[in-house]
This record gives sequence, structure tokens and C-alpha cells, in this order.
Amino acid sequence: MTAWTDAVSMEPVLAVVAGVLTAAAVYLMLSRNLVRFLFGLMLLSNAVNIVIFASGRLTLVAPPLIPGDAVAPAATVANALPQALILTAIVIGFGLLSFVMVLVWRAYVSLGTVDTDAMREAEPVEEDADPPPGDPASVPSPARGS
Amino acid sequence: MSWLPVLSVLVPLTTAVLGLAASGSARVQRGLTLFGSTVFLAVALALLSAVWQHGPVAAQMGDWAAPFGITLIADTLSAAMVLITAITGLACAVYAAGDIDDGRRRQGFYPMLQFLLAGVSGAFVTGDVFNLYVWFEVMLISSFALMSLGAGRRQIDGAVKYVALNLVSTLLFLAAIGLLYGMTGTLNFADLHGAVQEVDNPGLLAAVAVMFLVAFGIKSAVFPLFFWLPASYHTPPMAIAAVFSGLLTKVGVYALIRIFTIVFTDEALGDHFAYVQGLLLWIAGLTMVTGVLGAACQSDIRRILSFHIISQIGYMVMGLALYTTLGLVGAVFYLLHHIVVKANLFLVAGVIERLTGSFELKRIGGLYAVSPLLAVLFLIPAFSLAGFPPLSGFWAKFVLVRAGLEVESWWIVAAALVVGLLTIFSMTKIWGEAFWKPHPGGTAALSLPAGRRAGVAVGPLVAPIAALALITITIGLFAQPLYLLAERAAAELLDPTAYITAVFGSLPVEPAVVEPTPAAEAP
Repeated sequence: MTAWTDAVSMEPVLAVVAGVLTAAAVYLMLSRNLVRFLFGLMLLSNAVNIVIFASGRLTLVAPPLIPGDAVAPAATVANALPQALILTAIVIGFGLLSFVMVLVWRAYVSLGTVDTDAMREAEPVEEDADPPPGDPASVPSPARGS
Repeated sequence: MSWLPVLSVLVPLTTAVLGLAASGSARVQRGLTLFGSTVFLAVALALLSAVWQHGPVAAQMGDWAAPFGITLIADTLSAAMVLITAITGLACAVYAAGDIDDGRRRQGFYPMLQFLLAGVSGAFVTGDVFNLYVWFEVMLISSFALMSLGAGRRQIDGAVKYVALNLVSTLLFLAAIGLLYGMTGTLNFADLHGAVQEVDNPGLLAAVAVMFLVAFGIKSAVFPLFFWLPASYHTPPMAIAAVFSGLLTKVGVYALIRIFTIVFTDEALGDHFAYVQGLLLWIAGLTMVTGVLGAACQSDIRRILSFHIISQIGYMVMGLALYTTLGLVGAVFYLLHHIVVKANLFLVAGVIERLTGSFELKRIGGLYAVSPLLAVLFLIPAFSLAGFPPLSGFWAKFVLVRAGLEVESWWIVAAALVVGLLTIFSMTKIWGEAFWKPHPGGTAALSLPAGRRAGVAVGPLVAPIAALALITITIGLFAQPLYLLAERAAAELLDPTAYITAVFGSLPVEPAVVEPTPAAEAP
């Protein structure tokens, strides 16, 4: 077994990967462009999953299987809990991110921009610039095709 | 094993699923939701009475023993919060019958509302920190859907900001859970209580505690992290905004109270506890002040009310930051009273818009002459929010101020009192502009409210408002029962022995059979 597959040396690697992913995510999320923000969120959610994975300790031992007639494993086994946690987090993260993607697309279609500074529909700069009372959705959209 | 904590999640979930199946008929779906909400209220009442009689009630899912399986547990605070959730849910479901248009109903308003209630209620009764995350997500995804339902331009704009900042909070929360698990090897609150005291690096623990503080701080909209709230809460219809304003931020406050009383206690954090406590106190003061100042310069009723949510959150955090029994009593009392009052104010705002055609204070007026009943119904929650004596808000503020004086934390007490005064300013502004001032369009503009909605009766909208106002008055006139409840909740929070016993003590089977988890060894 080479040093690279050894669990002991994997933990710093995972720590660095999580750190780099977080840094990249923060950089992207500081952008005013919503699409970049979205990519940042995706990277951050992967970084978090790696953090959870590493926090469960990386061990090169038996898989967490128990013989049918026993109630506890005979020897030390790998920690299965972080994997269950990550699986849950991935599923939830996938759902949330797909929602955000559709929301960003929808925002682009109806507001005509993905620049958060230009999105002043809900908080108009000038309070008197409110659209007249009525359904806000009925205001014609500047974007094409909507 | 008690079924009540399970039912408090299961009932709204079932209602939601049945509601989805019945989305073809408006009448069936509404009836079903109202029935489900009523059953939920009954379950919540039964849960609170069980907790009141027997102490914390726990349920182990699938009979897996406590630190390994999924635990649902309701102590006094959880049970009271579930009850108040059920009340708010029912009030908003009734109100929605007259407020939510058929388009939004077809898009799934009622099921989403029930999913939201299930998420909120699940967050209150969960016994471990990872499931807290899961229930937060259930709540969050339903609130995303409710926020963008109908997809008006303003709503989409508000939803983008709401969704983006809440997702950042979620990821921070998840990372903090991972790190906490790495240090302690457990996720169960009751188990964590002991496990964190064995962590040999309290500095690292304090860093994780602050990560939780920031994550829950975003959710509960405290001082430097509240920007998503005033950007979004005024955009959806009022039935939705009322649920949000009543419940969502308060789940964040609940999570803060829970995690800082059972996991990151003064024993666990050692010297760093004073730092976290000081931080909380500053956050509380600044949240109160910025919220109320933000409200003072707004002229849209919904935005005034949104900023007041922030300012009121400060009071609850203040109770936690003082970290005395009386402080926590105040925080719990405030939490319970505030949900009713705030949801009610948003419902009233909806009726004001119905009658005058706008939320903008400059464009409306003359309501006192048209509807004195509505004026009274506005006055009750508004003055309760500000803390006027015979109403519930007075007692909440009284307990908190007293708790602050007890520990000689003068400036936070001063902030609390001044902010109360400024709250009156905002409330009298709405009163003067919306009720006393003549309508700028003349009385004719009021007699036929906003033309297009002339056919809609205001009656069903007023019933839930009156019911919530009645609760506010009742709490105000008979504060003792709620005070006792809050006192017991605070005692349980500061001494979690009963909570821990309930989690570990109620095992119906012998341990040998219920130890199925491969005892994962953390080296």
C-alpha cells in the first residue's frame, strides 16, 4: 500500500481540498452575478460534505458489517454515520440547488437581469417610484420572451 | 414511548399529502386543511398537557436506543412552541380562505403551508442536531415555494435574496454540525450535553459555537445578518407573510436557545463562555436598535412590520444572553407572545390593504370612520408589541427588563426601554396615517374598496384576527399561567437533567437487543 492511499495522509489532503473549495466558493459568492453566486453555493456545499466526511475519521479497516448471529462487530469497523449524514446532505442540497437554479432562471426571465445590484423591484430606490396599486405581475417585463 | 411528539409532525405532513391529492377541488382542499390544522391544534394541546403533567416526553424512532437512533423529544419549551405553531397555522389557514387567490391555491399553497408547519414543528421536537438541520430544510424548501408562489416580479426579487442568504446559513450550520460531530462523536442533544465537556480544547469548541451562532443568527435575522428579511417579507400575500413573520425567525431563536443551553453551556465552553455571552448581548442590543430605526424611516406598513420583527428578535436574544433563570423566562415568554402578536399584525395589514387599496401610508387613510372594529383589532397587537400595560407585551418586556436590572446590565435595559418607546412611534404612525387621517382619495375610495375586490367579503379575514387578539388580551390579563409555563421551561433549559433522563430513560427493551449500531470507533 503506497503512502497516498494511506488514511493518515489523506486527512490533510481532504482538509486542503475543503479549504480550497471554500475559498473558491466565497470568492464566487462575493460576485454580484447570481449565476456565479449559485456556483459558489455548489462548491461550498461540496466543501461542507468533505468536512463532514473527514470529521468521521478516515480509517482503513473493515466495512461496517456485522455477522447475522452477532449484535456488535467483532473488530473495529469503518464509521458509517458520516456517510449517512453526507448522503442526506447531498440529497437535500441537490433539491435546494435545483430550486435555486430555477429561481435564478425565473428571475432572469421576469426581471431581465442576474445582477443583484440591479434587482430593486422589491426595494425601490425611491419610495415614490412604487408601481401603482395593482398586481405587480401585470407590469410588462423588459425581458424578451416573457 | 409516547406518540404525541411523533403526531405533532405526522399530522401536518399527512394533511399536506392529502391536500396535494385533493388539489382538484378548492372546497375539499380548504376543508381538509382546516380539519388537519384543527387536529394539529388538538395534538399540540395534548402534548403540552402531557409535558406539563409528566415532564419531557420522548419517543425513540424504531425503538433504537437513544444516542444511536432518532429521538423526538418535547420539553416544556418545545411543547409550548408546537402549540403556538398550531395556533398560527390554523389562524393563517382560515385567513387564507379569503386571501389566497385560486392561482396560488392551484400551485399548492395549502399543502406547502402544511409542509412548512411540519418542518417548524419537527424542528421544535427533534432531539438531535442533525435532524434539526433536516427539519430546517423541510421548513426552508416549503418557505421558498411559498415565497415565490405566484411569481410576481417583486416576489421573485424578494425570493432571490431570501433564498440565497438562507442557503448560506444552512451550509454554515451543516459545516458546524460536521465539526461538532468530529469533536464529540455524537449528535444527540442529550448525549452532546455530556460529551462536549470532555472535549479537551474549549477554544475549538467556542469556534464551533460561534459558527452555530452565525448560522442561527442568519435564520433569526439578528443584527449584522438580517438583510434578507426586510428585502423579502413584504412581497408575498399577507397570509404567507404572517406565517413567516410569526414562525420562521422564531425557529432560529429557538435553535439558539436550545443549543446554548444544552450543548454550549458555561461548563462546556469554560472561559470562552463569557465571550460568547458578551457577543450575544451586543447582538441583542444592536438588533433591537437597528430594527426599530429601520422601521421608523419606512412608509409601507409591511416594511414597517418587517423591521419590527428584527427589533423584537433582539429582546429574545437579550433574554438568552443574560443567561439567568429570569432572563430565559423573559425570552420564552417573549417568544410565545410575540408569535401571536406579529402574525396578527401582518393579518391586519392585509385587511387594511383590502379596504384602502394600498399598503403605502401616504395613499391610505380614513379607516377609523369606516371600520372602528378593525381599528380596535389593530390597536391590540400594536400596543402589545410596544409593551403597553394590560397587554401581553408588557409582561414580556417587564420580565426582561427586570432580569437585566438583576444582573446590573444597565445599557441593555436602557436599550430595551428606548426601543419600546420607538416602537410606539412606529405604531402610532400607522395608526395616525391609516386610521385617523382622511383618505387622500376621499371617502368614496373607501366605500367601494379597490373596485376589483369589491366582491370579496372581509368577514372571514377578521375572524382569525379577532381570535389572535383575544389570545393577546388573555395573556395580558391572566399572565400568571403563561409566566409559570415560561418559568418551568427556563428551569428545564438551565438544568437539563429531566430532558436527558427522558431521552435515555424510556427504553422499553433490554439494551442487548437495541444496540444495533456498529459501535464506530473514533480513533
